[in-house]
Amino acid sequence: MSSGSDLLHIDDQLTDEERLIRDTVRAFAADHVLPYVADWFEAGTLPHEILTELGKLGLFGMHLVGYGCAGLGPVAYGVACRELEAADSGLRSAASVQGSLAMYPIWRYGSEEQKAEWLPRMAAGEAIGCFGLTEPDHGSDPGGMRTSARRDGSGWVLSGTKMWITNGSIADIAVVWAATPEGIRGFLVPRGTRGFTARDIHKKLSLRASISSELHFDSVRLPDSAVLPGVSGLKGPLSCLSEARFGILWGVTGSARTCYESAVSYAGTRTQFGKPVAGFQLTQSKLAWMAVSLSQAQLLALHLGRLKAAGTITPAQVSIGKMANVRSAIDIARQARTILGASGITLEYPVMRHANNLESVLTYEGTEEIHALAVGQEITGLSAYR
Amino acid sequence: MNIVVCVKQVPDTATERRLRPGEGTLDRATPDGLINELDEYAIEEGLRIAEAHEGEVTILSMGPAKAAESIRKALSMGADKAIHVVDDGLAGSDALATSYAIAQVLEETGFDLVITGSESTDARMGVLAAMLAERLGVPQLTLASKVDIDGTRITVRRVSDEGFDEVEASLPAVVSVMEKINEPRYPSFKGIMAAKKKPVRTLSLADAGIDADQVGLAASATEVVDFAARPPRQAGVIVKDEGDGGTKAAAFLTERKFI
Ligand SMILES: Cc1cc2nc3c(=O)[nH]c(=O)nc-3n(C[C@H](O)[C@H](O)[C@H](O)COP(=O)(O)OP(=O)(O)OC[C@H]3O[C@@H](n4cnc5c(N)ncnc54)[C@H](O)[C@@H]3O)c2cc1C
Repeated sequence: MSSGSDLLHIDDQLTDEERLIRDTVRAFAADHVLPYVADWFEAGTLPHEILTELGKLGLFGMHLVGYGCAGLGPVAYGVACRELEAADSGLRSAASVQGSLAMYPIWRYGSEEQKAEWLPRMAAGEAIGCFGLTEPDHGSDPGGMRTSARRDGSGWVLSGTKMWITNGSIADIAVVWAATPEGIRGFLVPRGTRGFTARDIHKKLSLRASISSELHFDSVRLPDSAVLPGVSGLKGPLSCLSEARFGILWGVTGSARTCYESAVSYAGTRTQFGKPVAGFQLTQSKLAWMAVSLSQAQLLALHLGRLKAAGTITPAQVSIGKMANVRSAIDIARQARTILGASGITLEYPVMRHANNLESVLTYEGTEEIHALAVGQEITGLSAYR
Repeated sequence: MNIVVCVKQVPDTATERRLRPGEGTLDRATPDGLINELDEYAIEEGLRIAEAHEGEVTILSMGPAKAAESIRKALSMGADKAIHVVDDGLAGSDALATSYAIAQVLEETGFDLVITGSESTDARMGVLAAMLAERLGVPQLTLASKVDIDGTRITVRRVSDEGFDEVEASLPAVVSVMEKINEPRYPSFKGIMAAKKKPVRTLSLADAGIDADQVGLAASATEVVDFAARPPRQAGVIVKDEGDGGTKAAAFLTERKFI
């Protein structure tokens, strides 16, 4: 019996450096996350210290260059996301938001002062960021957002509500996208700014080891230096999402792998009708398809990683990766759940936790449907959004 | 302070390890080579001493080309440079031959402090530090669970069966460290990037001035005469506790001479 989940030896394609990143994050997760994550999930928390530790490791903004960031390549970033998400999607989400949704826009569109002020502290995990795009009434269609900012003297006044904001209440700095007369602009709003409040969203059944908050901006006065000077229009937030989605299409191969490995191991030891359930053809068919689909997802992630490293990746290609790999992962997780029988519905095993988490991953950063429309438009040249 | 940490790449203890038929030497071609776990404590100790005493840490590893991965990891953790002794002529060297080869290199590089792990998880001889000290003519402070340095004085808490001894010597010296002496750091991502630019000297036998007749399988003083696979694991014995579980468990252990 082969216990390895990398049946096609895809990881042999990684460089020494990428393997070292893999082993480091895996060891970190084994020591600091896996023993506790089921409890975090049950309690509905993600301890702040774990983010500080990830910062010390150098994981935040690891794919950015300068300002205290490690400057690693996209595949290394993907591998790190994968190993984090193999532990829990909540952890990977925290890293995605910090690196790709909060640090990236500052790095790419920020002024020199903004970069110098925030990036080194964010890279070190000393300052946490969040990304506010979604609103109560505007999810898939952020272009219609109601949060707005108007010029007032030398500064701005920001008003509105953002919803489902990961890391919102613990963030030291919120990157908030708001409609202005000049189009959608990004604003850096530090925690504690008068009129800015955050409230956590509870009663979630998915991504429980992650903080989701509602942000309120009640006529928040901001200096002109709070606006990200380098971008206006929806392409600002969308370019950040494209970065983060790349991390997701790698990340979910980690949760899928964990579920697959749990299923293989459980099936090998659980005996019914006088033999291990792994010995039944129906189980083997499930395991075989799970393995095939996991391998395909891993290959796709690696391929897109190399395209990104070459600088040629397109948003439509990222959409293909996000929709395909999240779908594969959630199918694998659900199939694994069946193999574990009743044990599969508990937190004693990681499978249902991952399956539930993946419901969020299927929805955030562009729902499966929205990515299908993006790919559809790429294929047909016709937009079917409205 | 010039600190040299000896690092060995070993097969992952979590995978199946094999001996080569005929030679009885370990098959090192297995894909999952790792830093010997005890050496990670040695690296960490070296880095801490270097940080506290303005030292420089050199990683010294003798092993096949693949060991470069382990060297890379050690450099990513923060070591300054490395020496990799790699030569087909070294294959099959036993502890004596290995200590000769490593001592040759250490003579050439010079050192204030050599740190090793207390044993390797593959061969488990646990004698290298002592052999090195003997060959180099310097004090050996083995099985350390604590190391303190004050100028040229080195004090070590040496673990013994009864407790520990406090052993003192003057530098230069060879120290071997125990598991859990510290908590080895993870390589940081910046460290991983920086490691790419750190110097690694690769030495063949000739480069290192190692006499080819004194190393390798043929020159080794010890010989593996025979080996056999471990018999398949027997099904465990289930002891039912009928109020006498403790007695039964004790009887089981006594029978197998564990107590
Ligand atoms: C745990 C979690 C964390 C999140 N973190 C963040 C964050 O940090 N920052 C942030 O800004 N947002 C965040 N989000 C929000 C997330 O991005 C949105 O939930 C997502 O964009 C979908 O929006 P919605 O929930 O309003 O769904 P809706 O847009 O209302 O969609 C409802 C359904 O309609 C479908 N639909 C919508 N439009 C179309 C169409 N044109 N054609 C076909 N089907 C369509 C959707 O696919 C979906 O199935 C998070 C969400 C979750 C669950």
